[in-house]
Amino acid sequence: MNDARFECLLRLGDNALVLAQRLCAWIGHGPVMEEDMAQANVALDLIGQARLWLAYAGELEGRGRDEDALAYGRDAGAFRNVLLVEQPNGDYAQTIARQFLFDAWHHAELSALTASSDARIAAIAAKALKEVSYHLERSSDWMLRLGDGTAESHARLQAALERLWMYSGELFDADAHDATLVEQGIVPAPQSLRAGWLQQVGAVCTAATLTMPDADAWMQHGGRQGRHSEHLGYLLAEMQFLPRAYPGVQW
Amino acid sequence: MKDWPLWEVFIRSQHGLAHKHVGSVHAPDAALALKNARDVYTRRNEGVSIWVVPSAAITASAPDDKAALFEPAQDKIYRHPTFFPVPEEVKHM
Repeated sequence: MNDARFECLLRLGDNALVLAQRLCAWIGHGPVMEEDMAQANVALDLIGQARLWLAYAGELEGRGRDEDALAYGRDAGAFRNVLLVEQPNGDYAQTIARQFLFDAWHHAELSALTASSDARIAAIAAKALKEVSYHLERSSDWMLRLGDGTAESHARLQAALERLWMYSGELFDADAHDATLVEQGIVPAPQSLRAGWLQQVGAVCTAATLTMPDADAWMQHGGRQGRHSEHLGYLLAEMQFLPRAYPGVQW
Repeated sequence: MKDWPLWEVFIRSQHGLAHKHVGSVHAPDAALALKNARDVYTRRNEGVSIWVVPSAAITASAPDDKAALFEPAQDKIYRHPTFFPVPEEVKHM
């Protein structure tokens, strides 16, 4: 029973952790200083959430692994994040599109999790939801401005949307772990969030003069089961270098 | 992005009644200026309310006029409120 919850907590924690690591790469490289700060703020929110999810996962596992051991001590195959969040930053349109597709799902997922029968999951979700409400507002704002901006920004955002679209289907995948937890009222059925997500993404795309790709297009799968794109290995190599080279180092 | 207008940021702190000028941000429009101000100036729990104003909308006095504008007030100390006792019931003066 705890196996399913452990998996579910890794998925929530790893989504936040991997996306935060991606956003951190913008620090010092943002298009303007204000965007630099904003991306760093979102990243810090997500790292805080990852800590809470992974710490709980470690406690449930009962093998003495804390959130740091889980973040820095696992290899790519043991990560349970969706493929969407590990996709490279690309240009700013790609970063914004990735963020928006994820935020729209993340907001719906956390909203549902505030009613989880697991009180600790419900409490973490309630805290994270406030932060993610702002993330979603921000990424929606940028979708509108880039989509309905110049011909160049529109073309780039449309291309980014089409490039990332095949990674969006995985957000609504369900496996045996999900089935177990749905039955216990711990997590919402992934598929139950899809209609609302499509509606929200569609509305923002329309307002931004973008064409939403086909909802029934072919989708990639596997991140939640540990089958990742090659990008994740490079990301982890950078993220995990310090604690692996200098175990237990403090500063 | 280099031609984004500048916005002046005013924040009302936890304890203050008035919004105070804290700095400026660049942003393409008012809505994003508000968000940028939130991200740049309220990271450490500084505020409960934000105003942003286009910098271009502010008319400022010229530094060269300082003497003409402000020095005449310096020798008129009888205008200063320090001569009047403030009743205890009056708060936030």
